[in-house]
Amino acid sequence: MEARWVGPVVGAVLFIVAALVPYVADGYWMSIAVTIAMYTALATSWALFSGPTHYISLASGAFFGIGGYLVATAMSDYQLSFWLMLFIAPIVSAVVAALIGFATLRLSGVYFVIFTLGLAEMIRNLVSWVQNNFLGSRGLYVLTDFTEDHIYWMLLAVCLAIFLFGWWLSRNRLGFALKIIGNDEEVAKHVGINTALSKVILFTTTGFFGALVGVIIAPRYSYIEPNQVFSPELSFLVVIMALLGGAHRLWGPLVGVIPFTLIWEAITISFPNSTTLFLGIAFLLIVYFIPNGFAGLIEKYWSRMRA
Amino acid sequence: MDIFVSGLLLAGTYALIAMGLNLQYGVARIMNLANGEMIVLGALAAFWSFTAYQISPLVTLLVAVPLSFFGNWLIYKILLRPLVRRAKSQGQLEVDSILATFGISFALVGIMVSIHGAYFTYSFLANPIEILGTTVAQNRLVAFLIAVVIGACLFLWLRHTRSGTAVRAVAVNAESARLVGINVDRVSALTFALGGAIATAGGVLISTFITLDASIGVIFTMKALIIVIMGGVGDIRGAIIAALILGIVETAVATLVDPGLTLVAAYFIFLLVLLFRPQGLFGRRSV
Repeated sequence: MEARWVGPVVGAVLFIVAALVPYVADGYWMSIAVTIAMYTALATSWALFSGPTHYISLASGAFFGIGGYLVATAMSDYQLSFWLMLFIAPIVSAVVAALIGFATLRLSGVYFVIFTLGLAEMIRNLVSWVQNNFLGSRGLYVLTDFTEDHIYWMLLAVCLAIFLFGWWLSRNRLGFALKIIGNDEEVAKHVGINTALSKVILFTTTGFFGALVGVIIAPRYSYIEPNQVFSPELSFLVVIMALLGGAHRLWGPLVGVIPFTLIWEAITISFPNSTTLFLGIAFLLIVYFIPNGFAGLIEKYWSRMRA
Repeated sequence: MDIFVSGLLLAGTYALIAMGLNLQYGVARIMNLANGEMIVLGALAAFWSFTAYQISPLVTLLVAVPLSFFGNWLIYKILLRPLVRRAKSQGQLEVDSILATFGISFALVGIMVSIHGAYFTYSFLANPIEILGTTVAQNRLVAFLIAVVIGACLFLWLRHTRSGTAVRAVAVNAESARLVGINVDRVSALTFALGGAIATAGGVLISTFITLDASIGVIFTMKALIIVIMGGVGDIRGAIIAALILGIVETAVATLVDPGLTLVAAYFIFLLVLLFRPQGLFGRRSV
């Protein structure tokens, strides 16, 4: 077998195995599997943008919240169907992402991080205000007859779409352009790449997938509140999982998401008051000891074994 | 007029905090996202010593600021200098320092939550006083005056002393500063520590009139960053004007529309700055 087919074949086998998980997992492991699928989608989509460009986006929580909030409002107040919102909410979120991108991605990375840092919190304040003053503060419900298995398969389909998109990106002009931008933006400009536009396009896809995941996961909570869906913590978890796995490889975030979700689950159960401290320590450990993530470590040992 | 006076008083502390962040980013080249936690630490110290030992926040200020200076100096020496050394470019350092200071910020929030998980509520100098026909609490006025004094000292030190000039030289160009015999590493460490100490001072002052809790730091980080960017990195005059604008707009939105929208207002200003004057209010467009 030719080397370039190893990745896709292994990926396809793993995907089929992942799709069979609901037939063997019980309730507890199924809920963990849903969480893993959700973070895999969010972290991989994050890494497609932030990996090559080195722009740290903390907007995941905002996009996720837009998805969850829109589907809840539409189903509770306007009797629109879940499937319609599955289509509309990601587009709305992608437009928001494009607007943010045009405002911030022309400038240096610091401005972008700062802007996305408070974004989820800001949208949450805005939404709460609109809801309290104009819509009446009622609870929003997302009532469907989906089980965890259905949600899991939908998320898995999103993961597949993101992986295919990432694979396609790695072999076309846009992906190549992003790599050059990440290495040296000046060079990229001089060889005629529209740097701002390339970054905005990729950031828009992050917005799209973030809201898509937000919509799909909403039936799991069934009762939706702005305070819950616009969670700044989610943005940080996505960043940390993607970096732990390694943002420079398509499969990198996946190898970060799985161990981190398991550890995170154990910590939230055993030490519910120490989660923030743990998050801080995890950030520090990654920066100082595994700057290239697990993917970097795996590659290092792999090449050493072959040498 | 009410809005103007309260906004002005709030802006004094904002300007002070932004000055600290400006020093850290402009001189030590560290984008410090744990700045807000230094503010909250100051507030926690003031709250704790006031409720436990009835110590005036003004006394706490004298103890907390040197402690914070030392603590931040250690943070720079132990955690941040390795990043400065290993960074191949300014961009690399920015990404690393952002992630590392996120880590520091979360770790500090975690520790503070375990010390005191509830609001830092206490009452100090909460008596009304009338200025310019507006009634305000004395604590706001005192905080403003102290912030102005500290800010003025800082400004004079930077402008008119030999050590202040060395700091400004590093801000302009670290390489050239090294050539004229300035110990860039030492100046960076001390400036970073100074910036953190200033944030702590701001926190002690702010806690006398705003009730904080352990996890609110990130909001202050956001506001300080918005002020620094609006004023222009390294521009103290710009930061003061920017703090005034933010203080007054926030107070106006809080009184006229809804107190829950202050962050939205700050974001709106931030967006305008990014769209029209990303180089800062008085900055020149770089070519």
